[in-house]
Amino acid sequence: MPSRKLIIDGKEIEADDNLTLLQACEQTGAEIPRFCYHERLSVAGNCRMCLVEWVGAPKPQASCALQVRDIFPNRDGTPARINTDSPIARKAREGVMEFLLINHPLDCPICDQGGECDLQDQAMGYGRAAFNRFHENKRAVEDKYMGPLVKTVMTRCIQCTRCVRFATEVAGVNDLGATGRGEDMEITTYLEKAFASELSGNVVDLCPVGALTSKPYAFNARPWELRKTDSIDVMDAQGCAIRVDTRGPQVMRVLPRLNEAVNEEWISDKARHACDGLVRQRLDRPYVRRSGKLQPATWAEAFAAIAAKVSSTTPDKMAAIAGDLAAAEEIKALKDLMGSLGVKNLDCRQDGAQLGGERQSYLFNTTIAGVEAADAILLVGANPRWEAPVLNARIRKTWSNGNVQIAGIGVTHDQTYPVKNLGASVEVLDQMANGSHAFAKVLHDAKRPMVIVGADAVARKDGATILRLAAKIAADTGMIGPAGTAAEGGWNGFNVLHTAASRVAALDLGFVPGEGGRDVAGIIGGAQKGEIDFIYLLGADECDVAHLGSAFVVYQGSHGDAGAHNANVILPGAAYTEKEGLYANFEGRVQPAHRAVFPPGEAKEDWAILRALSDVLGKRLPYDNLDALRAAIVADAPQYADHHEVVPHAGATQTNWANVGASGPLDTAHPLASTMTDYYLTNPIARASVTMAECSRVFVTGQSKMAAE
Amino acid sequence: MSLRRLAPPEIQPASFAFNDANEKRVVREISKYPPGRQASAVISLLWIGQEQEGWVSHPMIEVVGKRLDMAFIRVLEVATFYTMFNLHPVGKYHLQVCTTPPCLLRNSDEIVKVCEKHIGKAQMTPTADGMLSWTEVECLGACTNAPVFQVGSDFYEDLDGPIMEKLIEAFRKGQPMKPGPQQGRTGSEPAGGPNTLIDPSLYTKKPETA
Repeated sequence: MPSRKLIIDGKEIEADDNLTLLQACEQTGAEIPRFCYHERLSVAGNCRMCLVEWVGAPKPQASCALQVRDIFPNRDGTPARINTDSPIARKAREGVMEFLLINHPLDCPICDQGGECDLQDQAMGYGRAAFNRFHENKRAVEDKYMGPLVKTVMTRCIQCTRCVRFATEVAGVNDLGATGRGEDMEITTYLEKAFASELSGNVVDLCPVGALTSKPYAFNARPWELRKTDSIDVMDAQGCAIRVDTRGPQVMRVLPRLNEAVNEEWISDKARHACDGLVRQRLDRPYVRRSGKLQPATWAEAFAAIAAKVSSTTPDKMAAIAGDLAAAEEIKALKDLMGSLGVKNLDCRQDGAQLGGERQSYLFNTTIAGVEAADAILLVGANPRWEAPVLNARIRKTWSNGNVQIAGIGVTHDQTYPVKNLGASVEVLDQMANGSHAFAKVLHDAKRPMVIVGADAVARKDGATILRLAAKIAADTGMIGPAGTAAEGGWNGFNVLHTAASRVAALDLGFVPGEGGRDVAGIIGGAQKGEIDFIYLLGADECDVAHLGSAFVVYQGSHGDAGAHNANVILPGAAYTEKEGLYANFEGRVQPAHRAVFPPGEAKEDWAILRALSDVLGKRLPYDNLDALRAAIVADAPQYADHHEVVPHAGATQTNWANVGASGPLDTAHPLASTMTDYYLTNPIARASVTMAECSRVFVTGQSKMAAE
Repeated sequence: MSLRRLAPPEIQPASFAFNDANEKRVVREISKYPPGRQASAVISLLWIGQEQEGWVSHPMIEVVGKRLDMAFIRVLEVATFYTMFNLHPVGKYHLQVCTTPPCLLRNSDEIVKVCEKHIGKAQMTPTADGMLSWTEVECLGACTNAPVFQVGSDFYEDLDGPIMEKLIEAFRKGQPMKPGPQQGRTGSEPAGGPNTLIDPSLYTKKPETA
C-alpha cells in the first residue's frame, strides 16, 4: 500500500496514503481535538477544531479533511513536518473555539451534557479564559421536535452535522437535515416529524454538545454520580455491548460500549431506553395463589407449595418452558432440576421455532462482522430492521460500501437499503432451492453469498421444511465452504436471525423436549386438555400462557407480565442488569452480563432460586456457587469457557446440511413474513417501560404527537 | 440574513402542480442529468416553480421531492439555503433593489427610501393589492448603470427618486415601463452623450504615408 514519510511533532512515521492526516497524527499518539469528525461517518470538515500546522504551508490545515496522499515533501526532499501542538496550531484552535463559543450558551450547570461534553472538555484546553471580545447577544434557536427519545436544546448546537450524517448514512433514514445557512443554520427534522429510526438514540451519544440529549433521562443524573457496569444487552439476540449506569439501586441509563465484532458503537433504542421498565411491574416478593387470589408469601411457603404439587405429580405431567431473557445459568439449572425429576417436556422455543440439533443449523454463522464481506444476501421472512436493528445497520453499511445484491422473500418493511422483492410466497423459496429462480444464479455466482432466515420463518408450521430449503440453498449455491476469508475459518453463509436473547444458549444446552417429550405447543395443548398438571415458566411470557387450563403454574421471572398473571406460585427473579449471566448471541458468541444493581425486594438471582428449590424438592443441584455452575455449563458445552469469542466454524465438514430441518409440505396458503408487530414491545421489560410505550404510540400505531413536550 | 422558514400553514396553498409549459421545462431539466442523479435538478425545478408561483410553497417542495425521488428534508435544505428562493408570497412585481457599494455611491439610499414610502417599510411583504413588494439585494452586476433594481429577469437602471416613484406607480397599475436605463442613454454608454473618440476625422480614411 503506498505510503509516505511524515514528521509529526518531531517523530518520523511512515503514514499510509489512504489515511487522513488526523488518523496519521493519532498513530503517533498526538491528540487532535475535533467536533465534526467521527470515524464511522463521512468527513464534513466544518468545525475546524482539528487544525494542525504544516510547516511551510501558508495556513493551518484541517487534519480531518486532508489526506496523507496530498501532503508533499519539502522542496529539499525531506518529509513534510506537521506540528499538532505548536503555537500556530494552538492559536488557530483557540480562534476556532472562540468562534464556537460566541453563540454557545453558558448553561452548563443546567445542561445534561455537563460532565461528558466535548465542548466543555475542549474549552478547558483551548478556551481563552477571562477574554471576551463579543458583547452582542447570543443567537437563540427554537427547539425542534425529534420524537420521544431525543430532546433538543438547539441553541447549544454547533452545527457539526454529526447527527445528520448518522441519520443519513448509518440509520438510513433521511429525516434530519440542516436548513438555512451561516449563523441561521439549524438542524431539524422535516416539519416537526419524529426521527423515525430504531437507532435514533445514538445521535445523543454522537452530539458533541448538549443540543441533543436523552429525553427520558433528562435532568435525572450527572455522569459523575453514576456507577458504570459493563454488560450485555438482551433486548434482541445480537448481544450488543452496553454500559449500565446506575445510581443507588436504580439503573439510570444504558449506553453502548465499543465492540467492533458485534455492535461497533451503536445500540438500538430498545436496548438504550427500555431501562425504565426495570423499575416498573417488578415482582419483588414471592406470591402463592390461595383461594383464587395471589397473595404475598415467604420463600419457604412458595417452595412448600411447589414441593407439594411436584410430589403429587408424575414427571410425564410436568413441563418447563424457558423464556427469552433467561441467562445460560438458570437454563442449565432448570434443565438439571427437571432432568433429575425425570421431566422430558422441556422447551425454550416459545414461538415454536423448529430449530435445534447441529449448532451451525441455528446460528448466524457468517458472524456480524462477516456480513461486511458478503456480496449477495437473501433475506427469508426476516425483518432485520426490527429484529436486530444494529445488525441491520451493518447490512446497510455493506450495501453502501458497494457490491452487494440484496433480495428478500417475505420482507415487508423498509430495511433502509434496497431489497429486491421476490414475493412473499414460500414457493419462491422452493424455486430458489431447486435452482430455477433467477436469484439462485446470483447467489451461485457470488463469491460470498448469505442467506438470513428470520426467526418467524422457522416458527411456522412448515418451519422445518423452510429451514431445510434454506440449508439446501446454502449448500447448493456455495455458501458453505472454503471460499471465504481464512480468518473466519472458511465462509459460512447460512444464518438464522434469532430475536430471543436466551435462545442460542438454551439450544446449546439442549433445553428442548427429551425423547417423547412435548414442545411448547404440546405443553400448552396438553395443559388445556388436562394432560399436563405442572408447568414451570422461567420468565416465559411470549407463548400462550393465559390458556393453561387447570395446570399448576410456577412463574419465575422479573416482571408481572402475562406469565405471572396466570401463575399459582410466583418466584421473583432478577432482570438482566441484576445478575451475573452468560448470554450467547445469535452468532453463538458467549458474553457475560454483569450485575449492576441488586434485585429489588426479596427477588434473587435466578439460578440461586432454582438451586434453593432443588433442595426443597430433595433433588439438590450439584453446584453451590456461580463458578461451579459455570463449570457444569462448560462440561456440557465447551464453548462457554471462552467469552466474547465466536467458535470458528470449519465450513461444511461438521454439519450435514442435507439433514438440517425436515422435509414436508410447504404451507402455501400463508405468505412468509416477520410476525413482529411492534418493535418496541417485545419483552416484559420493554412492555413495562413508559418510554417504549410512548415510542410504540408515536412510531408504530402512528398517533404522532406533534411538537409536544 | 435572517432566519428562513416556510410560510405559516394558513397561507400555504393546498396543492401545487407545474403548468403545461413549465412541465416541458421540468422534463428538459431532469433529462440533463444521468438516471439516478436526477436530484441534481432540484435548484432548477424550484426555480421554475418559483417563476410560476412567485414563491416556494410547502406543497411545491413535496412535489419537487417526489418528482426527483428525494427526501423532502433535502429539498427543504436547498430551498432554505438559497436566499433567492422566496419562502413567503411576494408581490406580483418583486423589486430587488441593489444596495452594494457602487449603487450605494450612486445614492441607492434614495431608491430604498422611495420603496419604503410607496411600497412599505417591511421588505419581502406584498402590498395589500398584492401588486408590489421589495427587498434589498447584493450586487446585481449592473454597476455602470447604478443604481439599479431587478424585477423578474428585467433590470431597471439609472434610477433616481422621481423616476423610481413613476416606475412604482406603473407597476402598481400593472403596466410596467420599459426596462433598461431610465435616463435616455442606450446600454451603458456615457451619460450625457459620448465624450471621447468624437473627432469625425478619426473615422475618415487618411492616405497611407509612404
